Amino acid sequence: MRTKTHLWLGILGIVLFVIVFLVPFAFILFTAAKTQTEAGELQFSLPTTWALLQNFRDALAARDYMLVIAFINSTILTVVSITILVVLSAMVAYVVQRRQSRWNGVINFLVLCGLIIPPAVVPTVWVLQSLGLFKTLGGLIFIEVAFGLSFCILLFRAFVATIPRDLDEAAIIDGAGPVRVFFKVIFPLLKSVIVTVVIVQSVVIFNDFANPLYFLPGDENATVQLTVFNFQSQFSTQYNLLFADILLITIPPLLLFLFLNRRIVEGMTAGAVKG
Amino acid sequence: MSTEVKPRQTVGPAVTAPAPPPAVRRKSPYPYWFCLPAAVIFFVFFVVPTFSSFFFSLTRWDLTTWEFIGLDNYVNFFQESALLTSLKNTLIYAVVTCGLKVVLGMLLALLLTSQIIARGFLRSVVFFPVLVSTIGVGLTFQVLMDPSGLINDGLALVGINGPAWLVDPKTALLSVALVDVWKGVGLATVIFIAGIVSIPREYFEAAAVDGASAFQRFRRIILPLSRPATTTVIILALIGGLRSFDLIWAMTRGGPGFTSDVIASVIYKQYQAGFYGLSTAGNVVLFILVTAIVFPLFRYFARQEVDL
Repeated sequence: MRTKTHLWLGILGIVLFVIVFLVPFAFILFTAAKTQTEAGELQFSLPTTWALLQNFRDALAARDYMLVIAFINSTILTVVSITILVVLSAMVAYVVQRRQSRWNGVINFLVLCGLIIPPAVVPTVWVLQSLGLFKTLGGLIFIEVAFGLSFCILLFRAFVATIPRDLDEAAIIDGAGPVRVFFKVIFPLLKSVIVTVVIVQSVVIFNDFANPLYFLPGDENATVQLTVFNFQSQFSTQYNLLFADILLITIPPLLLFLFLNRRIVEGMTAGAVKG
Repeated sequence: MSTEVKPRQTVGPAVTAPAPPPAVRRKSPYPYWFCLPAAVIFFVFFVVPTFSSFFFSLTRWDLTTWEFIGLDNYVNFFQESALLTSLKNTLIYAVVTCGLKVVLGMLLALLLTSQIIARGFLRSVVFFPVLVSTIGVGLTFQVLMDPSGLINDGLALVGINGPAWLVDPKTALLSVALVDVWKGVGLATVIFIAGIVSIPREYFEAAAVDGASAFQRFRRIILPLSRPATTTVIILALIGGLRSFDLIWAMTRGGPGFTSDVIASVIYKQYQAGFYGLSTAGNVVLFILVTAIVFPLFRYFARQEVDL
């Protein structure tokens, strides 16, 4: 009796979940696979002729292969920002966790500020312009690093606390300097949290829309999230290409999700239980 | 921060010397210069803009030259009804999305920690939208929420006459908020699940022995013991809601008229229009709003934790 109710509850749940959470994605897929006229009707139906690959090709080729360039830009942005973020925030977390002093209060406060305070748009543009970094990929990389530091430091610090101090001390007695202790002994041990940080931040940076919009304007610099918008204005009626573009930029997070779902959830809920 | 770290690095050992013998403590194996690169980037690209925003919000400004005009930008901001609406909308948006994420996230977490079939699959399905591009979601729902679009077709099937969603000034903001909840509830759910799973089983066993009902179990065990998770969800959702820009920009661009503008979208619009001082004043207003709401909440929750 009890198992039966559970079964029905489960089936009802699945049906509702599918309608609410999966139908929108099916809609994206179907519309991206339709021909232009059929897509324009915006109906939720299977495409009569599947033109998915052709639409992908058209979306990629539009406006002098803008989407291809955007994918390259976004990849560079994501990879470089995350590399810098991982190394720098691990260094901060290591020192802050190991060394107790009055500076820790200051650093904790700054980390909290970084998490809470909304960045000031125009003054940041002003800083970038003064440094000659406005409208450059390098400038945007610094921005992503600056805005991502707080979250990464929090994750790393919690993990460094679980690494026994004996390890550093052994290495120090063997005559290793601080740099060697960190990079040869500690950093390799951070592997699992590094994976978490990389995954979570790559989703954040790859999906970032506002920062490229503010700090990296211009078609030749487009990142993937901005191409969707340019498509929308240019092809206001070409819904098949718009959705093909949306589908294409959803594929990287989808792949991450399929293979590393558990790791992502782990990273995003880290610290939540402890408060 | 960089200026604070540097002196410490040079005079630090001398200052800390009194306690342990200087010979042992000469150089810490955990040097503060490790913080320096991160500190410089954080300082230049976050702290400097934040502090200078207070100054530039008092000026008329074109990025190279500025003219001090006192509080004119703020007077403008609070006199223009469209801008005042954005302030009100920001609060409504943050409260609605935060409230719905907490309630729905908790309900979903209860469902997904109970013994239902396909639990793992359903958890994944709820979480997936968190990872998807906000802009993609926004544009998709813009199509789905068309007055004669898929959602209203679906509602008509069960006999509900759907609203005009984004086209109607009265429902536009709330429609965007609903999509925000759709996209973000998965994160709240997995945080609640992590909180519920970490509750020791003994409590439930004891409750079962005492013959507690399902509701009592929720009210007396799950709710109080998953409080840290609730705190996290509330604070994350509030910060996200107050700063929200992407989704609103993708779906309505603040329209129809200015009815779904929030402070973040006003900041961008004024920036595009070249009113840099006014845009920065908007930033300061948002800064004050976020800190005035979130910091006290942080402190309040921190104190609650101690009481427990």
